[in-house]
Amino acid sequence: MRISVQEAPFDLGQESESFAAGHRHMGAIVTFTGVVRDLPDDPLEAMEIEHYPGMTEAALQGIASQAQERFSLGDVLVIHRHGRLTPGEMIMMVATAARHRKDAFEGAEFLMDYLKSRAPFWKREITAKGADWVDAREVDEEALKRW
Amino acid sequence: MDILYFAWVRERIGLPREEIETQAATVADLVAELKQREERYEMAFSDLSALRVAVDQKLTDFDAPLTGVREVAFFPPMTGG
Repeated sequence: MRISVQEAPFDLGQESESFAAGHRHMGAIVTFTGVVRDLPDDPLEAMEIEHYPGMTEAALQGIASQAQERFSLGDVLVIHRHGRLTPGEMIMMVATAARHRKDAFEGAEFLMDYLKSRAPFWKREITAKGADWVDAREVDEEALKRW
Repeated sequence: MDILYFAWVRERIGLPREEIETQAATVADLVAELKQREERYEMAFSDLSALRVAVDQKLTDFDAPLTGVREVAFFPPMTGG
């Protein structure tokens, strides 16, 4: 399992490649990547991501361990960036390895659902009109009930 | 005890962290104490349903006890991913 909270960009190809390699007993690898999305009506200049150093790593570790146990994952990777990002940049990725694809997919979804509302990150959108903290969405909280 | 603030809570209070002396028994007692200090605290803590709290870096509730606690953090609902 690897958890990385970092300001620097990551190389999706290289991360996916090295995660997928060396898991000869795992038949399924799923990766998910989150990208900074531009706003259609109010062009986004940047997205700033604040986090809680220390707690962030511990929370991600906890979420990843839960996913690993629940979906019998052979391995988990979570990379999440913070700092100032521009539209099109990759914010984060998760990767899961499992014997079969259902566990790999569900493990990745579980990670994403928990990471959205249980890992201490806060996003702020910067546009020509000013800066706004992104509100947590009800649907993201609802999504946790599925698990 | 170290008190940390993040996102708009940090902006409203005007600082990221501070060290305070308190006898508060629970997080709710601590909030009541902070609200009495100054208007910016009153403003930041006006709607507790819009806030989350972590005690020693673990998410918890406002009725959590503070015995032996070193660090309390207040912040809005998280928006990771």
